[in-house]
Amino acid sequence: MGHSVTPPSRLGRLSEGGGTMDAPPLPLEAGQPAVTSSEGVGEATGRSREMLESLLGPGGLVLLRDSVEWEGRSLLKALVRQAVLRGERVHVLGCEVSEEEFREGFDPGTNNRLVYHDLFRDPLNWSNTGEALPGGPLGVLRAMCRRTGPGPVTIALDSLSWLLLHLPCTTLCQTLHALSRQDSRPDDSSPVEHVRVLGLLHEELHGPGPVEALSTLAQIEVTLSGTGDQASAHILYRRPQHRPTHKIQWFTILPDFSLDLQGGSPPKSQPHPDPRTHPVDPATHLTFNLHLSKKEKEAKDSLTLPFQFSSEKQQALLCRGLGQATSHIFYEPDAYDDLDQEDPDDDLDI
Amino acid sequence: MFPELSDLLNASPDRAEPGKLTLLCDAETDGSFLVHHFLSFYLKAHCKVCFVALVQSFSHYNIVGQKLGVSLTTARERGQLVFLEGLRSAVDVFFRAEGEAHPLQFLREAKAASLQPLYEFVREALEPVDQREAAWKRPVLLVDDLSVLLSLGVGAVAVLDFVHYCRACVCCRLRGFRLCLLQGNIVALVHDSGDAEDEESGVLLNGLSHQSHLVLRAEGLATGFCRDVHGQLRVLWRTPSPPAQRGRSLTFQYKIQDKSVSFFAKGLSPAVL
Repeated sequence: MGHSVTPPSRLGRLSEGGGTMDAPPLPLEAGQPAVTSSEGVGEATGRSREMLESLLGPGGLVLLRDSVEWEGRSLLKALVRQAVLRGERVHVLGCEVSEEEFREGFDPGTNNRLVYHDLFRDPLNWSNTGEALPGGPLGVLRAMCRRTGPGPVTIALDSLSWLLLHLPCTTLCQTLHALSRQDSRPDDSSPVEHVRVLGLLHEELHGPGPVEALSTLAQIEVTLSGTGDQASAHILYRRPQHRPTHKIQWFTILPDFSLDLQGGSPPKSQPHPDPRTHPVDPATHLTFNLHLSKKEKEAKDSLTLPFQFSSEKQQALLCRGLGQATSHIFYEPDAYDDLDQEDPDDDLDI
Repeated sequence: MFPELSDLLNASPDRAEPGKLTLLCDAETDGSFLVHHFLSFYLKAHCKVCFVALVQSFSHYNIVGQKLGVSLTTARERGQLVFLEGLRSAVDVFFRAEGEAHPLQFLREAKAASLQPLYEFVREALEPVDQREAAWKRPVLLVDDLSVLLSLGVGAVAVLDFVHYCRACVCCRLRGFRLCLLQGNIVALVHDSGDAEDEESGVLLNGLSHQSHLVLRAEGLATGFCRDVHGQLRVLWRTPSPPAQRGRSLTFQYKIQDKSVSFFAKGLSPAVL
């Protein structure tokens, strides 16, 4: 691409410097819109790159969990674009959308560097024309396990759900494990290169078993949700020998698949009540009085409810046997009243 | 077609969006009015329609279509409509010779593995045969409905694969040797049984929702049956690229009348105002 890749540590310092306009803006690629926010151009771009960089950090499996309401393919494409910008080789295994649809929105440079394996057109070899990729989905995955050369590699699986529905879960997990742990070959003296696997998973399609199995394999888990129009990502980082850390990030994905971050709290774009219309007090124009005076309020607050079980009531109930009865019944029997309880209707003929 | 629904979806017969999968879903109510809407919509838009009708007979759709201003008989005669009448051809399966393929071949198999014959039927129906087909605009596949396939013993994954292949064939441009630019649409109806124990139905519904660009969900009212409001329609736009619509999801209530369906915002039924 011709531009130099800024190492992450310098990015961090730039964004920590605050919104000063002295900091030189980050090199913007052609086609990327300048992010104009109140914080300054450099910092906002830096933070969104930071988030993408943190997701593309160490090698391993990055699991993107999405749902029908909050789709995750845009975030996957944003990560793919970021990986391409970093100069990595990116392979995409496309099962759910056509190659055209996946490539839509990427600039030509990104598209040229993307290696696309098309499993969408004929995954089950129904057309019998021989155009299908050999070995089916499993064959393609296993072919990716073989090292294709030096340098960091990012593999994007779109989607893991499709693979889970068509392959047994154990096979898929083993293959994923083999994919993300491509250590150096015994005869190779080159250093271990990181292979990163980005997997898109549709949560609702699977039971808890397969989802948890994939979750344990993942180094980073991103769960997408949101409120209203604003999407959020709940990111869980699992580093070996560390406690898992998580954070929530609100974001928007721009048309060119770069990220626009909104800070850590729900944004203020929630619908506000119109400030011009004051809330109407319904008790203003009545012919009777609904308001309480201060004394009445005090009396109301100090009133004990009849069925509230307080300690005094408990005492009264417990001590009832000792003290005198609190209520008396005075009964004057009439002349024809029958006090005999055994025959109240007086109709037994004994 | 129902003009109000077309306005809500911002679509009209002369400018239907190409290459889209529209999912119709109903829960605790009958969503077949949506099927009739799209059938008449695409016939009026001069599209070539392949209708896989597994639930009702041809005459049923014809009668409703006539109320909406389209004649299915005429459309079938002039080749605009390819109609697979599931109820009738299901019987034909058993009277065919062993080797001949039939779209509903899976009914004969003890363990219905794939819907490939049905896909082949759809593909042959919608692929243009050069000169004669130039009269029709893009092809459309309409299925009523997919949940019936689950009841007939087909697995949810097999139905998802069928829809996947139909999308690959109908919605997308085929490159390579075939230069036909189909860019058609698919509309399919699924039932949401609401039963948490029915896993296959859940997998089918969610899997299709993830594949679709527009989801129309007709629900009964939570409070029960009402004479003036027959249900609630929720529209969810799922275009992958950042949406340009004013909102991703809209909800309306509707009342089905003899020849039309009227839509209104929640709580604003004309009977109440």
